[in-house]
Amino acid sequence: MDETISLVLFSGTDDKLQSAAVLTAGAAALGRPVKILLQYWALDAFRADRLKADHGLAPEAGTVGKAAMKAAAANGNAHWSDTMRMAKELGEVDIQACSLSMDTLKLKAEDLDSLVDGVEGVAAFYVNAGEGQIVFI
Amino acid sequence: MGNLDIKLKVDASGLSCPLPILKASQGIKSVASGELVEVVATDPGSVKDFEAWSKSTGNAMVEHSAEGGKFRYVIRRK
Repeated sequence: MDETISLVLFSGTDDKLQSAAVLTAGAAALGRPVKILLQYWALDAFRADRLKADHGLAPEAGTVGKAAMKAAAANGNAHWSDTMRMAKELGEVDIQACSLSMDTLKLKAEDLDSLVDGVEGVAAFYVNAGEGQIVFI
Repeated sequence: MGNLDIKLKVDASGLSCPLPILKASQGIKSVASGELVEVVATDPGSVKDFEAWSKSTGNAMVEHSAEGGKFRYVIRRK
């Protein structure tokens, strides 16, 4: 089994991005390469001017979940983008923007945060994923 | 436990998953092969994480202890 973990990030809410950041950081700590493809709302959340804006939570969070997330943030839990950045510094983490989503959202490469390494299409993503697992969030 | 030659101490107290293991990985990369890194964490989940991480990366767990809600790990870089 290929050790590379490939993540397709679709959702742009802070909880799902946090989940993706945790998975990325864990893999990086274990020395596994991580390939990330950003689509739609996840890509939108990686815009340089709104990386740390409030991206909301998934609908299933409910009021109790929302309060818990707010308390965690106030407690100094790292923002997902900071966890991603640490993972990138530590290991082999490559973050690519989906070219179709770039077109749809009318984004240019310079609109995105420096966490994003480039723009690619789905064929490149599959080839780079190799025989490794692909996770969709 | 006082006789170990610890090269680097990493305080991951108060940090939740995955930060203790991330800080440990950063720390271990900054020392030479064979040198020791001590990590202190308060996240109970770190126990299984450090076991798995040590096994998978080959950085050996020289000592670990749990006392008063503090988890201490001493790891030797592979």
